[in-house]
Amino acid sequence: MISENDVKYAAALARIHLEDDEASRLTKDLEKILDYINKLNTLDVKDVQPTSHVLPLKNVYREDRIRPSLTQKEVLKISVEQQEGSFKVPKVIE
Amino acid sequence: MTIAAKQKYETVIGLEVHLQLNTATKIFCGCANKFGEAPNTLTCPVCLGLPGSLPVVNAKALEYAMKVGLALNCKVNPFVKFDRKNYFYPDCPKAYQISQFDLPICSNGYLMIETEEGEAKEIRINRAHLEEDAGKLIHDDKNNCSLVDYNRTGTPLMEIVTEPDLRSAQEAYNYLQNLKLTLQYLNVSDCDMEKGSLRCDANISIRPMGAIKLGTKTELKNMNSFKAVKAGLEHEIHRHMAALESGQAIIQETRLWDETRAMTFAMRSKEEAHDYRYFPEPDLVPFMMEGAAIETTRKSLPELPAKKRERLMEQYRVSAYDANILIQDPALADFFEECSKHYKDTKTICNWINGPLMKELNTRKTRLADIGLRPEDFTVLMHKVNEGILSNLAAKDILRFMIDTQRSVDTIIEEKGLAQVSDDSTLEKLVQELIKEHHNIAEQIRNGKESAIGFLVGQAMRKSQGKANPKKIGGLIKKLLT
Ligand SMILES: [Zn+2]
Repeated sequence: MISENDVKYAAALARIHLEDDEASRLTKDLEKILDYINKLNTLDVKDVQPTSHVLPLKNVYREDRIRPSLTQKEVLKISVEQQEGSFKVPKVIE
Repeated sequence: MTIAAKQKYETVIGLEVHLQLNTATKIFCGCANKFGEAPNTLTCPVCLGLPGSLPVVNAKALEYAMKVGLALNCKVNPFVKFDRKNYFYPDCPKAYQISQFDLPICSNGYLMIETEEGEAKEIRINRAHLEEDAGKLIHDDKNNCSLVDYNRTGTPLMEIVTEPDLRSAQEAYNYLQNLKLTLQYLNVSDCDMEKGSLRCDANISIRPMGAIKLGTKTELKNMNSFKAVKAGLEHEIHRHMAALESGQAIIQETRLWDETRAMTFAMRSKEEAHDYRYFPEPDLVPFMMEGAAIETTRKSLPELPAKKRERLMEQYRVSAYDANILIQDPALADFFEECSKHYKDTKTICNWINGPLMKELNTRKTRLADIGLRPEDFTVLMHKVNEGILSNLAAKDILRFMIDTQRSVDTIIEEKGLAQVSDDSTLEKLVQELIKEHHNIAEQIRNGKESAIGFLVGQAMRKSQGKANPKKIGGLIKKLLT
């Protein structure tokens, strides 16, 4: 069973703001989704390898060779605020 | 706290080490993996997590991780995948870190350490996995903001986690030292705690001696040097004991070591901090670590410090003390072995390496590889001392000139006039002069006071600026006065 608190908790983790009516609607939706997923639990999967990726690929890697990075100027274009070459953000305390 | 109170408890420590790998590029993109550049000059859409970019694993990072795992006696797992660890923090531009959750690249290893009693002890490694480092945050109190530099974002990082096998702060320190040395032999990281290329967090708890159940643990962070790890742990162990002794409970929390105040304090943390909602990373496909590749890597491992120490002691009859110094730098151990081909007495070679040579390296703050000293030249000094051509003192001077000028021993002896004087007539003249100058002392020697001979030998050395052969001088004094 999914409670409205579960939904609110998941929303908070994902930094999504929900109005109360949205939370109750989404609780019902999520309940239905989980019911559907739960059907998988009725299947016998003891001989099935867990899927870790949907593509039939493996061992894709690159050589350790340097490629040009973006310049500081280019990068800071996407910042909301900047200071001394850095992204300026509201103070976070460790 | 009384000693009896301390002996009531057993300390239990597990360490989590984060190690930056010194690959040329980052783990998932081609940005240079470099420390100390201007902020935000080593980034790209991949390490900034911009939409539409795709990470691709750096083959070297996988190879290095495999090396570390094998050196730590781990099993390299045949099937490796990456996972997303989700959290919001400004140092993490994607809002998730690519890490490994249930299938780490390496698991179930161990590293041997020496206990305080000098016994060998196995510290089990639970797992060693690959992940990416986060950016660097600087807090600007004046402007009430934080500044983010993403150069470090995506630096390949290995997390090496022990089982709770360590029983004291000293054991934790010894483990870290051994781990660092082993990693340096592999040449996969700078292992510099001050620069942050090796970082260490600790889980600490105490329990009544003999108890099986673990006590409540605290996690200790912010220890920025090997010494700080030891001091921080000692302080935290003491805090646990004092709390339990006075009937207080330990709260499970993360604490920070404050180096200047020499104490730990609870970290202010947000709720929901530890719900990372891991799931398989859809942007990276899995890896099959082939048995043959693992074996090739295993064979490519250098001789590791513990093995080298053992071999030096057995093959060259070197003392444990000397061997421990030699293995601190594999280049030094190699140098010693080369020297042994040119000079038979290995104890003398060790004395020369651990004494004068180390002194020269320390005063120059340099490493052996950087001074261009050849074993065949270095051992010439020992031969010359042994043959009485050089005094020990002059030989040490020559070593310094050799390193400074890159000239041969013979050239320096000639230029500086440092050859030891062993010629009988010259020395006899010198002794005759001294007897005249110090007739009181000479009289004492004539009357059988042998201990006064040393004084005259010292005067002879001074007068000859260290060039007189002291053995011969001693003999001559005896001959002329007794
Ligand atoms: Zn990049």
